[in-house]
Amino acid sequence: MSECCPPSVPCCGGGGGYSDTFEYGPQPFELGEAFTIAGPVPVVATALAREDRAEARRVRLNVGRDRSRVRPGLYAVGAPDDTSPVLVTGNYRLSFDAVRSAIPGLDAWILVVDSRGVNVWCAAGKGVFSTAEVVRSIRAVHLEQVVGHQRVILPQLAATGVAGHEVRAQTGFGVTWGPVRAADLPAFLSGGMKASPEMRRVRFPLAERAKLIGVELSVLWRPRTLAGVAALIAVVAALDWLAPAIATPLALAGIVAVLSVVVGSAVVPLLLPWIPGRMFSVKGAIAGAVLIGLALAAATSGRFPLYAWGLLAAGSALSAFVAMNFTGSSTFTSPSGVEWEMRRAIPAQVAAAVMGVALFVFGLWIAR
Amino acid sequence: MSGLRYIDDVVTLKLDTGKCTGCRMCTMVCPHAVFEPAERTVRIADRDRCIECGACARNCPEGAISLKPGVGCAAAIINGWIRGTEPSCDCG
Repeated sequence: MSECCPPSVPCCGGGGGYSDTFEYGPQPFELGEAFTIAGPVPVVATALAREDRAEARRVRLNVGRDRSRVRPGLYAVGAPDDTSPVLVTGNYRLSFDAVRSAIPGLDAWILVVDSRGVNVWCAAGKGVFSTAEVVRSIRAVHLEQVVGHQRVILPQLAATGVAGHEVRAQTGFGVTWGPVRAADLPAFLSGGMKASPEMRRVRFPLAERAKLIGVELSVLWRPRTLAGVAALIAVVAALDWLAPAIATPLALAGIVAVLSVVVGSAVVPLLLPWIPGRMFSVKGAIAGAVLIGLALAAATSGRFPLYAWGLLAAGSALSAFVAMNFTGSSTFTSPSGVEWEMRRAIPAQVAAAVMGVALFVFGLWIAR
Repeated sequence: MSGLRYIDDVVTLKLDTGKCTGCRMCTMVCPHAVFEPAERTVRIADRDRCIECGACARNCPEGAISLKPGVGCAAAIINGWIRGTEPSCDCG
C-alpha cells in the first residue's frame, strides 16, 4: 500500500525532502562535457546501462527510492547547438532516464529542475515542480545564453504545477507542452511539436499497473513487518507446544493478514478493470473474499470452522482498505471521488474488521 | 484502458464559458480529454473523467476554470480528517 508518511515517501513516487542539502552521488550516465557560453554542460548517454536498470529495479521495489535523484541543471544529448530543443524534466532518476533513453540520435538539451526526487506528475501536484521552480532553473543555467530560440518543452503532466503563460511572462521562454510519455518525444519533435490526442491521454495499462506493485507491496519487507512476522512465528511455535488448538488458527490469521495485503496491493491493481465495482474498496473486498475464502477452505480442508469466518470478514476488510489506498497511485481517480468513497467504505471496513475479530475469538473459545 | 472510470457526479470542475476566449490550452494540458473545442470556446465533453489535477485551471489565462485540486490518496485524506485540515501528504 502506498503510505504518505513514513519513511519520507510521499503519496505517489520518490523523494520527499528538499534537495538544497541533498548529496548527489556519482552520475555514471555522464559521458563528457559540452562547452557553451554559459559554461560546461555534461553530455549524457541515451542508452541505459546495466547500473541504470539495476537502479530502476531497486526503485520499483521501494529501496532507496527517495535518494534516486539527478543533480538539477542543464544536460546535453548528442551534440546540441543554439537551435536545439530544450526538454524540461524533473530530477527523479526514472524521469530523467525515461527522457534521455527516448531520444537516441537526437541533439537536444535536457533541463532538469529540482523536483525533490519526485516524478513529474506528483511533483507538479505537490507544488514542487512549479512555475517558480521552472523560472529559477531557466535563470540558473542562463538558458538565454545557451540557445537562440525562446522555447522550452515541458512534459504535459507538469501543467498541474506550472502555468505556461507565467513562465513566458517571467523569462521570455514560451512553454510548449510535450507529450505525456517521454517515449513519444521523437514523434512529437519530428511532427513539428504537435502532440496527437493519444499522446495527450494518460492511460493505465497492465504494464504500468504491474510496475507499481513492488512499491505497493513494500510494506511487507519493512523491518517492522518482518519483525512482526518473526514474532508471530515464535508465538505460534510456542503455542504449538502449550496450546495446540490455538496454534493453527493463529498461524492462519498471520497468513490471512499477509494475503490481504497482497490482494489489495497486487491482485487488485493487476486485475483492476476486470474486478467488479467502481470503488477500489469494493474491488478489494470482492477479490479478498474470493481469494481468502479459497485459501481458508483449502487450509481447513473445507470444514471452514467459525473462526475461519471471522478471518474471512477481517481479511476482506483489510484487503478493501489496502485496495482503497491504491487510488493514490492510480491515474484516473479524483480526490473528490476518493473522499466520497472513503466516507462510505471506511465505516463498513471497520464494522467488518471488528465483527471478524470477535467471530475469530468466539470461534476459538467454543472450539476449546 | 479508456474503460477505467471512477465515481460519477462528484468532481468540482466548473467552466465559465463567459470568460473563455477559446485559446484551447485546457484541451492540451488535460490528461483525460475532459474538454473539447466548441464554436468559439471550449466545452466539457466528459466531466466524470476529470481527476481534479488542476492543470487546466492553472493554465487558463482567463481564469475561466475553477475546481478544488487535491491529493487523491487515501492516507492524505485520513491525515486531513485526523488533523482537521486539507488532505496532506506531510506528516508535519
